[in-house]
Amino acid sequence: MIVRVLDIGIAGLLLGGIYALIAVGLTLQYGVARVLNIAHGEFIMIGAFITWSLYIIFGINPLLSLAICGPAIFTIGFLLYRTLFRRLRISSASPAAFEGSSMLACFGLLFIIQNLAILIWGADIKGYSYLAFPIRFWGQTFAANRLITLGFALAIGLIFYFFLTWSRLGKAIRAAAQDAAAAELMGINIDQVLALCFGFGALMAGLGGTLLSMSYKIQPTMGLEYTVIALIVIVLGGLGSIPGSFIGGLLLGLVGSIVTYIQPGLSLVAYYLLFMLLLLAKPTGILGK
Amino acid sequence: MPVLEGKGLTKYFGGLVAVSNVDLHVDEGEIVGLIGPNGAGKTTLFNLISGALPLRSGTILFKGQKISGLKPYEICRRGVARTFQSIKVFPDMSALQNVLLGSYFGVSPGMSSMEALREAKEILEFMGLSASSATRARDLTLASQKRLEVARALATKPQLLLIDEMMAGLNPTEVAQAIELVSSIRKNGITIIMIEHVMKAIMNVCERIIVLHHGQKIAEGTPQEIVSSETVIKVYLGERARAAS
Amino acid sequence: MDIARVISKRSSALWAPFLILILLASLPLCAPQYTIILLTTIFMYIVITVSWTMFSGPTGYISLAPAAFFGVGVYTSALLGLVLPLPAIIGIGGLASFCLALFVGALTLRLRGTYFVMFTFGLVELLLHFVLWWEVNITGTTGRVVPTVNNTKVFYFMLIIFVILMFALYTIRGSRFGLALEAIGQNEDAAAHTGVNVTMVKVITFAISAFFMGAAGALMATRWTYIDPKIAFNPLLSFMPVLMAIFGGMGQLYGPIIGAAIFAYLEEFLITRFPYYYMLIFGTIMVIAIVYMPEGLVGLIRRLLKSSTEGRHART
Repeated sequence: MIVRVLDIGIAGLLLGGIYALIAVGLTLQYGVARVLNIAHGEFIMIGAFITWSLYIIFGINPLLSLAICGPAIFTIGFLLYRTLFRRLRISSASPAAFEGSSMLACFGLLFIIQNLAILIWGADIKGYSYLAFPIRFWGQTFAANRLITLGFALAIGLIFYFFLTWSRLGKAIRAAAQDAAAAELMGINIDQVLALCFGFGALMAGLGGTLLSMSYKIQPTMGLEYTVIALIVIVLGGLGSIPGSFIGGLLLGLVGSIVTYIQPGLSLVAYYLLFMLLLLAKPTGILGK
Repeated sequence: MPVLEGKGLTKYFGGLVAVSNVDLHVDEGEIVGLIGPNGAGKTTLFNLISGALPLRSGTILFKGQKISGLKPYEICRRGVARTFQSIKVFPDMSALQNVLLGSYFGVSPGMSSMEALREAKEILEFMGLSASSATRARDLTLASQKRLEVARALATKPQLLLIDEMMAGLNPTEVAQAIELVSSIRKNGITIIMIEHVMKAIMNVCERIIVLHHGQKIAEGTPQEIVSSETVIKVYLGERARAAS
Repeated sequence: MDIARVISKRSSALWAPFLILILLASLPLCAPQYTIILLTTIFMYIVITVSWTMFSGPTGYISLAPAAFFGVGVYTSALLGLVLPLPAIIGIGGLASFCLALFVGALTLRLRGTYFVMFTFGLVELLLHFVLWWEVNITGTTGRVVPTVNNTKVFYFMLIIFVILMFALYTIRGSRFGLALEAIGQNEDAAAHTGVNVTMVKVITFAISAFFMGAAGALMATRWTYIDPKIAFNPLLSFMPVLMAIFGGMGQLYGPIIGAAIFAYLEEFLITRFPYYYMLIFGTIMVIAIVYMPEGLVGLIRRLLKSSTEGRHART
């Protein structure tokens, strides 16, 4: 019994690590840059497919791909903000109007990215085998790639957390999250900071995608499901809270693995029910006031 | 019997006390002024009475019936109307439509369209807005927008009207007109509580003044009593007097 | 004189749509089957887009649930297709969506707009996965066969749904309920303090708009003959009405109709031959429309017309 609980718990953490990473990415984009990025999952998908291509075509180690995918997707995100969202932000009458129009623009991005990916890679399910050998501890077997995924997800999350807390740029980002207008008055180049935030959000998604591709099958239409999960997690963690989304991600992973153990196929349904209950009971999230 | 009675009204924002254990009563036909420095909790008190914010503790009675805990629209339909400090007209609706909404959904929602229309026009006339009844609210001047807010509130046929800073930002002529309007609203039998920073207006029209400071009621009385009250001079008028000198 | 002009203007506004309607209704007598099928699809998109605009236009709450309500209609048709006549199925499909929307609306429309977007976005995925799980694990099927109805009949029913929808829309717009809805979109707080039960007005409008989506779904299912959860709850149907309405322009009643007609027509030509290019173009137009045409096609044309007439005045 205890072994089984442990089994479910660790499986949940493995799943939750990825959720946490992609949710932190969305929090940066929504909580700070005010863009409710419905195309978030597409950045995950892009990360996964770039990793897949590099591995299949050039034989590049997926872990090395982290260093390639990350900067590439960061640049895409950064440029998207500088061109598209900055323009929308300036032309919007109010922050609420910007939230609406930027979200709708993200729909457009969703279609563009997803269909470009289908045109490039085809619509089929893909996958590769990397570090798929079993590792045993506490009397349980786990696939090595999943453990590495978890390790990297936690490490990236921690590094980013320290970056936000200690670095100058991190402090500017947190200031912008509190009050963009005031931050601007304090001499922060707000356009730059918001664009960086959007870029970092895309980066997290891209890294999440790379890690995902090591242990799950991938497909150009996979993004939507991860977007929904990331949305649920950021509500769970309280909109805009980075530690909240990290913890929320891990928690949702646990819920997912428990439900998968009881009734496979219903995990997304369970997430959604949790989401509904949370909205009713405590719309400010688990760490909210 | 008082029209409005509040007992032990308390509200916190996080750890911050916004309104603390305030008792108040307003009699029928009175004009009561609510004054105090910025952040004293005046608008919060209005938000509590009108149901925009839930009370932390305390009860509010309107004509002897409990209204605390009701939703804003229910409180409005009982006969409490309000205006907003930061103007909240419906910007893309005409002045007439703004007021019509009040006639349709206020205290007597069952009214026929013709009747509502007639009433809305009467109220616009009364507020001196007849000429701009077809103008979109966003195109009105600040003074007219403020009057439109009062007109919309009046259209709900309230017995108690809460006016939040009607005079701020108006020029002296407009202030004089606004004072005139407040007095004539009262003559129609409507009880009024008004938040105001323009002292001239408060001293002119109010029969009784309540002073809030840091969320607490520190004084209450006629304009004469308030002007000569030691505590009030110290916390409120004193600041101004010193600033002016 | 003024009154006479108003009356004549009003009657021409009444007669024009009536004539178009008669024209459309007599079309099956002479037009080929292909045209009828194409028109049915176009009207399906118009119905979904206009009913989406009915709620999301005035209130500004962006609903991503159309696919959910449409799918509920589709499954009603699949479950009851053999037992009940078509009008009853359409009605029940609509009612089922209406009830779902009442429930979802009551839960979420008290909350901030962002939560509403997320919630409706997830609703489609939830229903899709739940029905998928149910069909595989409980009923042991993957898809269902829906009894077919002839194309002309489907066309007429779609036209009827459209007419009822337009009638409902006009009635709401002209009523005090419609005024309240508009007020909510412009300032929800002020509306609440003016005696409007904002939650109720929002929830009821949301449910009415869902009714038409469900009805359209129930009807369209009869044309597809085979359906499965992925066809019924296709998330694309949630995004389409948003784009079509924005592209057409939501300021005017006919904006969404024009937007839906253009895209439905484009889709017909492109989706069979170049499906992914179509979607790519779709996304690109969406981004361009949001950045460069905030008032949509109708707004853009109006602005162009206005500036050209102003230019002429300036010259004379």
